[in-house]
Amino acid sequence: MRIECPICGSRDRREFYYRGDAIALARPAPDAGDDVWDAYLHLRDNPAGETRDLWQHEGGCGAWLVVTRDTVTHAVHAVELASDVKRAMA
Amino acid sequence: MRIAGRGLVNRDKPVSFTFDGRRYDGFAGDTVASAMLANGQRLMGRSFKYHRPRGVLSAGSEEPNALVTTGVGPASEPNVRATMQEIYEGLAVRSQNAWPSLDLDLMAVNDLASPFLGAGFYYKTFMWPRKFWKHVYEPVIRRAAGLGRLSGGPNADAYEKAYAFCDLLVIGAGPAGLMAALVAARAGADVILAGEDALMGGRLNAENEHVDGQPGHAWAAGVVAELATMDNVRLMPRTTVTGVYDGGMFSALERVNQHRARRGEGAPLECFWRIAAKQSILAAGALERPVAFANNDRPGIMTAGAVRAYLTRWGVAPGKQVAVFGNNDDAHRTARDLAAAGVHVAAVIDSREGVSMEGADFPVLRGAVVCNASGRKELESVTIRTAGGEHKIQADCLAMSGGWNPSLHLTCHLGGRPTWEPDIHAFVPTPGAVPGMHVAGACNGTFSTHGCLAAGVAAAENALEALGRKPEPMDLPQADDAPYNLKPLWSVPGKGRAWLDFQNDVCVKDVQQAAAENFRSAEHMKRYTTQGMAPDQGKNSNVAALAVLADATGRGIAETGTTTFRPPYTPVAIAAMGAGGQGKGFAPERLTTSHAASLAMGAPMVEAGLWYRPSYFPRGQERNWRQSCDREVGFVRKTVGVCDVSTLGKIDIQGPDSAKLLDLVYTNKFSTLKVGKVRYGLMLREDGFVMDDGTCARLGETHYLMTTTTGAAGEVMRHLEFVTQCLHPEWQVHLTSVTEQWAQFAVAGPKSRELLNGLLEQPIDNDSFPFMACGSERLGGVAARLFRISFSGEHAYEITVPARYGAALFDLLVARAEALEGGAYGMEALNVLRLEKGHITHAEIDGRATAGDIGMERMVSDAKDCIGKTMSERPGLRDPERGQLVGLRPVGAVKQLTAGAFLFEAGAEARRENAQGYTTSVGFSPDIGTFIGLAFVMRGRQRHGEVMRMVDHLREIEAEVEICAPVFVDPEGGRARG
Repeated sequence: MRIECPICGSRDRREFYYRGDAIALARPAPDAGDDVWDAYLHLRDNPAGETRDLWQHEGGCGAWLVVTRDTVTHAVHAVELASDVKRAMA
Repeated sequence: MRIAGRGLVNRDKPVSFTFDGRRYDGFAGDTVASAMLANGQRLMGRSFKYHRPRGVLSAGSEEPNALVTTGVGPASEPNVRATMQEIYEGLAVRSQNAWPSLDLDLMAVNDLASPFLGAGFYYKTFMWPRKFWKHVYEPVIRRAAGLGRLSGGPNADAYEKAYAFCDLLVIGAGPAGLMAALVAARAGADVILAGEDALMGGRLNAENEHVDGQPGHAWAAGVVAELATMDNVRLMPRTTVTGVYDGGMFSALERVNQHRARRGEGAPLECFWRIAAKQSILAAGALERPVAFANNDRPGIMTAGAVRAYLTRWGVAPGKQVAVFGNNDDAHRTARDLAAAGVHVAAVIDSREGVSMEGADFPVLRGAVVCNASGRKELESVTIRTAGGEHKIQADCLAMSGGWNPSLHLTCHLGGRPTWEPDIHAFVPTPGAVPGMHVAGACNGTFSTHGCLAAGVAAAENALEALGRKPEPMDLPQADDAPYNLKPLWSVPGKGRAWLDFQNDVCVKDVQQAAAENFRSAEHMKRYTTQGMAPDQGKNSNVAALAVLADATGRGIAETGTTTFRPPYTPVAIAAMGAGGQGKGFAPERLTTSHAASLAMGAPMVEAGLWYRPSYFPRGQERNWRQSCDREVGFVRKTVGVCDVSTLGKIDIQGPDSAKLLDLVYTNKFSTLKVGKVRYGLMLREDGFVMDDGTCARLGETHYLMTTTTGAAGEVMRHLEFVTQCLHPEWQVHLTSVTEQWAQFAVAGPKSRELLNGLLEQPIDNDSFPFMACGSERLGGVAARLFRISFSGEHAYEITVPARYGAALFDLLVARAEALEGGAYGMEALNVLRLEKGHITHAEIDGRATAGDIGMERMVSDAKDCIGKTMSERPGLRDPERGQLVGLRPVGAVKQLTAGAFLFEAGAEARRENAQGYTTSVGFSPDIGTFIGLAFVMRGRQRHGEVMRMVDHLREIEAEVEICAPVFVDPEGGRARG
């Protein structure tokens, strides 16, 4: 598997650290309530198809990335800088 | 028997080698198999289960029978296919799975016991008594059945791993692969051409055919020569592409030096490649399938394609009287090639009716089959069944062809399933099974040379289009375009065992028995019979076994389906996959600047993550580590000790929003910290559990230096990057790991300031440098940073200089400490010192502890949010029944404490459900004079003074302990401030 780092280019997946669902970008407010926090921390979809994950190019530039990929075909559809995605959410 | 004037071996270069100690002569270009056949040696191995005598079946990597061991001692390599091993001067080859010798193998008694050793025999036969399985049946079966053995010694051979990148990976160097590589290379693409064989050309080297008016092998050599001159082409002979992975990644095994006696200093035996290819072309050819009939495993029976390969490529006649048996036109081609080379053709037995063969000067039997074979160690005759009955003919070699199976394995590695193609009675790759892979030639069911060349061009054109390149116009070379006429014949009915899987000794009746016992799915049949589970993975036999299963279950082959092909395509030595990972290559070593000095002082090193740190520094008469440790603890408590603490993670944090970041990641406030001060900080995970702790110094208004524990440095850095990039990209803050840039030393003890004042250009006192102060200092003309912090509880400092001065500073500090009757201390003393103060490490904050558990709930600031705060307020994490950190002292006769032991109320049975807590760290405190420990105990803070029972079930130690506050020395903390 290879990931196209927007900063460094196409790299082997061994250079990347995998974290999990990109929902981690949407940290709730402290008073958002138990259900919201529970969903943020624990509840995950397990889709057969498109998924958005957070990876860090730890063995490279250090950038956190949002990787959109397909769990069925393993195709990587898009790689974005997490900071760009987060700014766009604001 | 070598045939004069034939073959591509170099007759000017004789090469000798040994097999089971006996010398054999061959030529450069021979494999072990071709050279042994040239010497008339048929018997090359014994079969897995029945110990049947076996000769070579094939001429390629699919060989199931001729497995041998090469080399001697720890460098020996088992299960080498004689068909793949090139000979070199001095090569030593041994037979395997035979005792006492290949010729007289007493284990062949298994063959007589075969009625009891059929499919699933070990599930049925060795059931009782139950305990016999482990100690009697299994060891005996394992000794009797098997392949080659490892030496058990460490192998000194070098292996390598490497990466390669290309526009186009062409897998297979036969007519399709060569043609594809040529077209792509001429168009300017970066091409890697990988071929299993030492000599590129594939079947062109094995067939008596012409391409473009030249002999096929000459045309292939010409193409290879042209490719070799091109800078954009990398030729990789002796390289098997073994796996396909996501995103255009391939694994490949290159047998770099397996064909050479002298390998050069450090040169690898094999190299395991990872190849990143934008496009790929699979041109892996096809494998010929044997026909199952009784005793079809006799030495001398081989595939027709192998017979032609030995004849044409190596100039070897595999027999004096060769019978040819087949269900397709290749039988006739084989007979013609043999006759043209002057080899006597005993008969052609064609299972098809009404096939004409004009001008043949040998008998051709139509509508006939071979139904048995005789001759134990060498084929002597075959029995032919015709409409008129059965009769024997003399033959010492039988060339058989049941048709060809496309080598589509790699197209299935990403989960694709092959498609049954009724026209050729074989599975073919399903289009699109591997993204970016184009399939060409025999592996796609195109069997004529002309078809392969054309398919190679077409595949290259498709790949070039995907790469955005244009092919140059090129004429297709003239080549043979014979049709493939085949009438399926999988097995010949009759009595006796007819082999399907030669390597695992699976016969037609085993598959039929599996079906009869209702193991009807292909995957169940495979596991019940072990069909296709040997190192060759059933390359010769899987499709025939499916056909037999389909027949036995009354289904079609397409409906029966296939088993799953997984990497690797051929066996790969673990040494190659794990190259570089032996010994010290297993993990990087991180060494501090004081490493050499610590070793010179005789310190045993202990691993802390990837770091190596000194355990203790033995002196003079000390007989054990405890004596050294006690003395070093005494340095710190009484005079002064010096310890390298450079392994702690150091993260330099700069920018106007640094304070905001720290306020979010630490439970306590850092925006209020004054410049020139240090504060202890606690960090939670978002789920409310403790992640790490450490100190953080404010070096300037917008400049902090964070320290982490040694083990969590990477995790904390990643966490901070996550917060700054993923949660607050708007913040202006920059993080740099500076762990390796600074050498840092603890100088601890009542005389620590005295020591430092002898070195610093500006001496310090308690007013200018109070507890928890930090600042820039100079010593010996070097800029340093000084922190007044204490892990030991004593008056202590940490001083840090650029790493290049670390070794010199350590020597200086140790010398000064020794002059003050102190000295260096190691990890053992460090641990005792922190235990005496109740300071936590990752033995306590092991991912399950909350701030409340360790008595630090008040460090979670009410005045602000922080990572983990919301979830740390969950009722379950505030439960008083949770374990709380306490101290322990032994109060009974047994004075030893152990970490990991459970604690029980006095009188309670020492069972899991009665456990009140567990110990996390223990050590001997010279100050207290006994062992002390830290533990988590339910409601522990209310239970100080209670006596409990510590039980270590593993080490069988029990002690009475008293629960106490987790601070044993200087509970008021006055020493650190003094």
